[in-house]
Amino acid sequence: MSKRIDVKDLNVYYGDFLAVEDVTINIEAKSVTAFIGPSGCGKSTFLRTLNRMHEVLPGARVEGEVLLDGDNLYGPGVDPVTVRSQIGMVFQRPNPFPTMSIRDNVLAGVKLNNKKISKGEADVLVERSLKGANLWNEVKDRLEKPGSGLSGGQQQRLCIARAIAVEPQVILMDEPCSALDPISTLAIEDLINELKDQYTVVIVTHNMQQAARVSDRTAFFNIAGTGKPGKLIEVGDTHTIFSNPTQKATEDYVSGRFG
Amino acid sequence: MTATSLTSTQGAGRAGDKVFSTAALAAGCFILAVLFGVALFLVVQAIPALTAPAAEIQGGEGFFAYIWPIVIGTIIAAAIALVIATPIAIGVALFISHFAPRRLASGLGYVVDLLAAIPSVIYGAWGAAFLAKEISPAYNWLAANMGWLPIFQGPASATGKTILTAGIVLSVMVLPIITSLSREIFLQTPKLHEEAALALGATRWEMIKMSVFPFARPGIISAVMLGLGRALGETMAVALVLSSGALTASLIQSGNQTIAAEIALNFPEASGLKVSTLIAAGLVLFIITLAVNMIARWIISRHKEFSGAN
Repeated sequence: MSKRIDVKDLNVYYGDFLAVEDVTINIEAKSVTAFIGPSGCGKSTFLRTLNRMHEVLPGARVEGEVLLDGDNLYGPGVDPVTVRSQIGMVFQRPNPFPTMSIRDNVLAGVKLNNKKISKGEADVLVERSLKGANLWNEVKDRLEKPGSGLSGGQQQRLCIARAIAVEPQVILMDEPCSALDPISTLAIEDLINELKDQYTVVIVTHNMQQAARVSDRTAFFNIAGTGKPGKLIEVGDTHTIFSNPTQKATEDYVSGRFG
Repeated sequence: MTATSLTSTQGAGRAGDKVFSTAALAAGCFILAVLFGVALFLVVQAIPALTAPAAEIQGGEGFFAYIWPIVIGTIIAAAIALVIATPIAIGVALFISHFAPRRLASGLGYVVDLLAAIPSVIYGAWGAAFLAKEISPAYNWLAANMGWLPIFQGPASATGKTILTAGIVLSVMVLPIITSLSREIFLQTPKLHEEAALALGATRWEMIKMSVFPFARPGIISAVMLGLGRALGETMAVALVLSSGALTASLIQSGNQTIAAEIALNFPEASGLKVSTLIAAGLVLFIITLAVNMIARWIISRHKEFSGAN
């Protein structure tokens, strides 16, 4: 239930503007890969190309290949809707559907993908997904209440439950803890550790300690200056990137000399 | 020393607060006073008609017998207008906000807003002189083929000046109101929620059903109610288009009347008790509109907990 991603020579554009240049990276299955780098270096932009959410913005496009276990996501005839149902995403700010109950939020994606589901199956799935997101004990007595009534950290875990309910191959997380307090952050980080047993996880983070704590491999992105494209500088085992990087820029960044 | 500076309430900022809160309070009271004044005027002027002996009211059977056919007529005309206008308006608004290329969208928005700038007498003239004539063959067809339905019972009006024509003209008039309000609401849907739906593998239409409509629902209801208010109160267009008469179930025969058109057509020549009767009819229209707005508020507040606001 998890697949690897291989990106080859990917260029990402907003209209004519080249935002990320020439990324080649292999993301291993059943592991956590962290993207780190200064603001504006294109790590979030790059992440959004991995489930074709990038092209939702008008004028946005990519060149190159993203292979999910060998299948090109940008190949001819590939439906972005199918891609997104296989590669889930968790956003920077928690975004449960405010008009839906907690239960309906968890089931939102499932109802899209296979439409009909019996109540019994739905109950099992809701419980399994919420347990998978470490949220079950907190919400099991109020499943019919709106998801927007939860705290920020709970909402974010609800979004993770919603993402894993459709049993995706990969879960992308775009700074999932940046709007959360330290306790909620810890809960999400613990959860990420559990998720990698089943899923391929890619996480963008501003927080280097977080990358060091949760990830197996780390990719460092950097930008030469405003208006220049972002580039992948270096990727490797998290331990190596933080203790013995090959590039000077990586060393400067992880040691806190800039960014 | 610190105590004095803490208790000091002098300063321009505090004065500004006072001026502003007084002005806001005055504005709020002014609205209430106007509303109360209008209601009081209507009630006082209507009392003679409501208390007069039945035989003296137009029609000779009392005020209730006089008013209820035109209340029904008003509601029929407004309902036709909303049934036609609401789906079109929501479709156009969605097209502008989520489907059309950006350049086309803004142009189309202007055109829809222009529709609202046309005076109602123009719509009335168009409906009476053009639409009624052009649409009467369709009424003949309806009478011939769907005449078994009471609402399409023949013989169809030869002039086409029926309540259905009036309803169609009204629908064109309320279309821009519902469209532009819905469009504004659709555009305000948080990107976050749209992306949440898309990232789960929703198609564009599923995304609209999951995130745009639930967010916009109270706004759409408000927009429809505003349109309904206009349709209920519209006077000139109905007066010109409708060849009025007694209440009939058939929408394609001449007949039926609305309160606003009834008042406009009869008021200039009215005197004495007749004036009072017409003002009482106005009071009834006022109450209907008030009731419609309160129902709309109730519908919106019923789902407050699940609204996009929290």
